Amino acid sequence: MKNVTSVAPMLQTQSLTVAIGDKVICHDLNLTIQPGECWGVLGQNGAGKTTLLRTLAGLHAPQSGTISWQGEPLPTHTRRDLAQNLGVLLQSESGAPQGDNEFWGSVLEYVLLGRFPHRATLFGYNADDEAIARQALVAVELADWAQRSLNTLSGGERQRAAIAQTLAQQAQCYLLDEPLQHLDLRHQAQAMRVFSQLQQQGRSLLMVLHDTLWVQRSCNRLLLHFADGQVRHGLAQDLFTLENLEALYQCRLRELTVEGERCFVPST
Amino acid sequence: MEQSNTVSPRIFFSTLLIAAALSLVWGLMSGALPLTSAEVWRALLGNGDEVASEVLWQLRMPRVLAGFACGGLLALSGVLLQALLRNPLADPYILGISSGAAVGALAAMLLGASLVFVQLSSLTGAMLAILAVFGLGFRQGERNIYRLLLTGVVLASGCGALISLLLTLASGEQVKGMLFWLMGDLSHPQGLPLAWIVLLAVGAGAVIFSNGLDVLAGGLSRAASLGVAVGRWQIALYFSAAVLTVAALQLGGSIGFVGLMIPHAVRLLGVSAHRWLIPLSVLLGGSFLVLADTLARTLWSPLQLPVGVFTALLGVPVLLWLLSRRR
Repeated sequence: MKNVTSVAPMLQTQSLTVAIGDKVICHDLNLTIQPGECWGVLGQNGAGKTTLLRTLAGLHAPQSGTISWQGEPLPTHTRRDLAQNLGVLLQSESGAPQGDNEFWGSVLEYVLLGRFPHRATLFGYNADDEAIARQALVAVELADWAQRSLNTLSGGERQRAAIAQTLAQQAQCYLLDEPLQHLDLRHQAQAMRVFSQLQQQGRSLLMVLHDTLWVQRSCNRLLLHFADGQVRHGLAQDLFTLENLEALYQCRLRELTVEGERCFVPST
Repeated sequence: MEQSNTVSPRIFFSTLLIAAALSLVWGLMSGALPLTSAEVWRALLGNGDEVASEVLWQLRMPRVLAGFACGGLLALSGVLLQALLRNPLADPYILGISSGAAVGALAAMLLGASLVFVQLSSLTGAMLAILAVFGLGFRQGERNIYRLLLTGVVLASGCGALISLLLTLASGEQVKGMLFWLMGDLSHPQGLPLAWIVLLAVGAGAVIFSNGLDVLAGGLSRAASLGVAVGRWQIALYFSAAVLTVAALQLGGSIGFVGLMIPHAVRLLGVSAHRWLIPLSVLLGGSFLVLADTLARTLWSPLQLPVGVFTALLGVPVLLWLLSRRR
């Protein structure tokens, strides 16, 4: 049997404390993300999940503690080196997918931005980059929209374009903030299939999710982010319980089991 | 990479090169002493008659070169500021640089200073505005850039009040000169060779780094996660745009419309990747301003009208048409 602990961790935090202003959103966090792991992050609105994810991505400075990528602290890596290995999908900055960018180009041009860390020359992208971008568009079922202008797309289509851009980055580790937002059921399933494929290739994922169904289907690790700044993390099978989720969301839930799949809905 | 649905950028570029050449030749032919294209050609080759050569080299050549450079500078500055401020309304004057320059120029005019001092004073005003907006409004690593934008807009409106005050204090004769400065006028260009160097150098640099500009347009946090040093890019963009604007102000005062609308015109025709947007905007802005300036100095000849009037009169209908054409 393979010894799992001998594999170098991808992303690791040591006594990480994150704050927004004076509000501590997570305290003394020691997290290790190994290759092939899929982490689900659950928590109430405003618990600080996005800020934690931005911190892990090196976009928000922690109050104390360190974050390491493959054993070396984040600041010792160049931005480009990190961007080649760490794919980050953020929620649109204004909250609405329409308002967050001034990007006037086509969908394909938008997805090609994901090749920026890998570009061979300063001036433009080559045929390989374009092939990778087109593959990513196929994966989110947007191949026929490649030449459409990005700002003519609907919210869900834009979200899929953003996922395609992150896929085109061909990273080793993906940090995804609500990757399923605005997606219909079919495209939620499609996106989750793509993420599972990444996991099977030995890449690791950490995603903020609100739908417990997808957590139970896809995640083997869980991070529960409580509103008071407490964080519990571990194996999904240990933490994915009615008591934990009721404490997390501070409301009464009902557990449903359909053909062996468990999910949780608010009780009426 | 192929482009979306509309005009191919290569064809667009070739068309604009021809348009630029035509606008320059037309500018050289037109004036109080009309020259034929053959006369222009002979004078350019150095074997024209004396009067034609004198008019061409002493008067018209500097004028059309100043017009072209000024249009290119303003359009390029507009492209960079729209990328920096992530706002389609950004233009070279939005951050108060031209307002600072105008206060400087008008104050010198009120004191009856000579042309050189008016220019120096406007340069000083522009520099102070650039440093004030940057010092007060820029925070490294901020997730949005509204503070910089608002600081610039507030400073510009403050300068607007000073400009009104200066216009009220001035005598009737001075007011006319001041209005020409405010509306933009290419009859006393300063620092023409330097302006061309600035245009070519900043333009080349912007094209070389155009991929990064595209990434910035896709969102600031996303750009950071793709490996762009956002803070450093913002500083570089701000000062590049400021230098371009100052060079344009020295050539023609604050000529409106070009910096705001030329980049949008290029985008509305279907080109938005900065690699093409930059050269196309420079060519279109330059040709457009030469055209507008030639009309301004010939239409009511010998009366010379301020070129800013024509940039708006010609440009507004074209842009409204482009906007309505696009759903």
